[in-house]
Amino acid sequence: MNERPVGTSVEGEGALLSVKDLHTWFELRQWGFLRVGAVRAVDGVNFELERGESVAFVGESGCGKSSLARTLLGLHRPTRGEVRFAGHSLGELNARDLKAYRAKVGYVQQDPFGALPPFLDVRRILAEPLIVHGVKGRSERERRIRKVLDEVRLSPAEEYLGKFPHMLSGGQQQRVVIARALILEPAMIVADEPVSMLDASVRVEILNLLRHIQTQRELTLAFITHDLSSVRHYAERIFVMYAGRVVETAGVEELLDHPQHPYTQALLAAIADPDAANATKQREIPGGEPPSLLHPPTGCRFHPRCPHAMAGLCDVDEPPDFEPRRNHYSACWLHR
Amino acid sequence: MSERTLLEVEDLHLHYQTRRGVVRAVDGVSFDVRHNEALVVLGESGCGKSSLAKALMRVLPRNVHQVSGRVTLGGTELMSMSDERFRRDVQWVRVSLVMQASMNALNPVVRVGEQVVEPLRVLLGWPRARAMARAAEVFERVGVSTDFLQRYPLELSGGMRQRVVLAMALVTEPELVILDEPTSALDVLTQASIMNLLKRLKRELGTSFILITHDVATSSELADRVALMYAGQIVEVANAAQFFDAPAHPYSQLLMASVPRLHQQQRPEAIPGQPPSLLEPPPGCRFAERCPSHFERCAKDPEFFRLDDRRRVRCWLYEGRGEP
Ligand SMILES: Nc1ncnc2c1ncn2[C@@H]1O[C@H](COP(=O)(O)OP(=O)(O)OP(=O)(O)O)[C@@H](O)[C@H]1O
Ligand SMILES: Nc1ncnc2c1ncn2[C@@H]1O[C@H](COP(=O)(O)OP(=O)(O)OP(=O)(O)O)[C@@H](O)[C@H]1O
Ligand code: SF4
Ligand SMILES: [Mg+2]
Ligand SMILES: [Mg+2]
Repeated sequence: MNERPVGTSVEGEGALLSVKDLHTWFELRQWGFLRVGAVRAVDGVNFELERGESVAFVGESGCGKSSLARTLLGLHRPTRGEVRFAGHSLGELNARDLKAYRAKVGYVQQDPFGALPPFLDVRRILAEPLIVHGVKGRSERERRIRKVLDEVRLSPAEEYLGKFPHMLSGGQQQRVVIARALILEPAMIVADEPVSMLDASVRVEILNLLRHIQTQRELTLAFITHDLSSVRHYAERIFVMYAGRVVETAGVEELLDHPQHPYTQALLAAIADPDAANATKQREIPGGEPPSLLHPPTGCRFHPRCPHAMAGLCDVDEPPDFEPRRNHYSACWLHR
Repeated sequence: MSERTLLEVEDLHLHYQTRRGVVRAVDGVSFDVRHNEALVVLGESGCGKSSLAKALMRVLPRNVHQVSGRVTLGGTELMSMSDERFRRDVQWVRVSLVMQASMNALNPVVRVGEQVVEPLRVLLGWPRARAMARAAEVFERVGVSTDFLQRYPLELSGGMRQRVVLAMALVTEPELVILDEPTSALDVLTQASIMNLLKRLKRELGTSFILITHDVATSSELADRVALMYAGQIVEVANAAQFFDAPAHPYSQLLMASVPRLHQQQRPEAIPGQPPSLLEPPPGCRFAERCPSHFERCAKDPEFFRLDDRRRVRCWLYEGRGEP
């Protein structure tokens, strides 16, 4: 490929990825046709990612993390707003450009056990994206496969090339998934809960590996997780999501040490480092459950559970992003 | 055995027969639990935690190859007890089990109230009205509105369903409740509120708990003591403070170093390698292959050395520092 189609040049000025007013809604129908409403999985999200930056999206189950990831990858079409990659809006790419875009953005999906086709061996799994993207020479493919296996530390390659997914441990399967995401030399990786299905000790191994590759290759990494305790080591910035929105964002240390939004504060109060004293401490937990995305609460989405909610304000008006501390944004009326 | 001991387990085995051979899921496990004590059984996926719970509760699959060992509950020997007597006097009556993922196993077409009173009606023969009154009491205890007795499982959130299965386990006022991963499918905040509830129940009811989890941070939310399992065996059992602050077994030490901590600058460290297969576990210490301190002795099965009254470690490094 000599000519570079639009949307694939990653050189240049400005943010690598920019997301403006992004909405991804899913139409909900009963019996396949009766429109019940829309699930507002992503509901007004804005951010920019710089080249070589690692960021974490954190939030509880169902808050829209995977929907956001899939929208960034061009797998869902936004209901409103746009995703721009290296200056080009995804909405304007034609089929060929979109294919080129997918080669530039690797995807590590949520469930490693469902991510790999059970009937293909590792060599074939890794050859597939190369074939799809026009790498014709068999020896060139083999070279790249071996190189990437080495990079994810599945070596010697011979030991793994002929294995089928069920012959690999969970951690090894996830390495193959990561290798597949890397093989087209993307500029960015979207990793959706890359370790949530793995054991604690394997988790650390995979996260350390991802972080290592990200810094080596100067990749942009968008890393989705519900586990706040590990983000400090794997990301530079955090976005906290609640009910389809980003409610707080800041640098990792800043956010963990000075959480501003009541939801983030609640999340942090709910988790603890292992300590025998925990067994006798009652934690302050807001009651209630995450809201329905079909009918999200008016005003601030957290107001029904928020210990600081102010009647007449929080339940009526949606809080904008305030900047209570430098480069630290929080969508909460307490900062007004 | 101290008079404060409720449950004592010695050399418990549960092996399964499979086409590929015998799986030694529980392979010589010993521990005890005192009255009103919470023992956490901690360990990674597949190490035999659920099998341990099943062996204690005698809810066994068909392909059992061997169950053996000694289990006493308040002085009564359980292993030699007939199935019939075990079902009448022990299972769900004195010991109950909240199975892994059971919140999703509630019968969707039966109101939750009816499901919760089942042990009382079927096992203890209580009349319906009395059983329902008791269920209402337990619902209040676990923080579920009594209106919910009339609801169907799908009308409840995950957190509420988990409280309902907990109510079901508590309804007969058992002395010991075994909880198999009660929070692992739940969100952070719901998880924390269930752990709050368990702490309160332990204080208010005086019940003993065996909490099974793979999550170190969760384990510290209830544990008086911790038993760490590895490949079918307990490698260390200790008081919570000892275990979290100064783990003794090399695996315990590496596991603690692999836990990411919210306010720690040091990056967590992975444990290289993986656990051995339980099909034909290697002779000698099962952790030897991954152990940074292994030496010649480790080719032989380590004994379960007793370091003090409440702490035991299955590792040759402690030979001479305690009696087996
Ligand atoms: N293709 C779809 N069609 C309809 N609804 C969807 C679709 N994908 C997601 N949703 C809904 O959108 C909401 C957000 O889901 P999403 O998977 O993005 O959340 P998540 O934060 O990734 O959750 P988890 O932590 O459980 O993975 C949920 O209510 C989900 O049911
Ligand atoms: N009925 C069975 N027949 C054969 N093997 C079994 C059976 N049940 C469990 N096993 C095997 O026994 C071992 C221990 O399983 P067990 O379910 O007790 O582990 P666990 O520690 O509870 O794991 P997890 O954390 O994943 O729940 C595993 O290797 C498992 O595959
Ligand atoms: S805006 Fe109001 S309800 Fe929302 S988090 Fe802030 S104080 Fe709570
Ligand atoms: Mg998801
Ligand atoms: Mg289990």
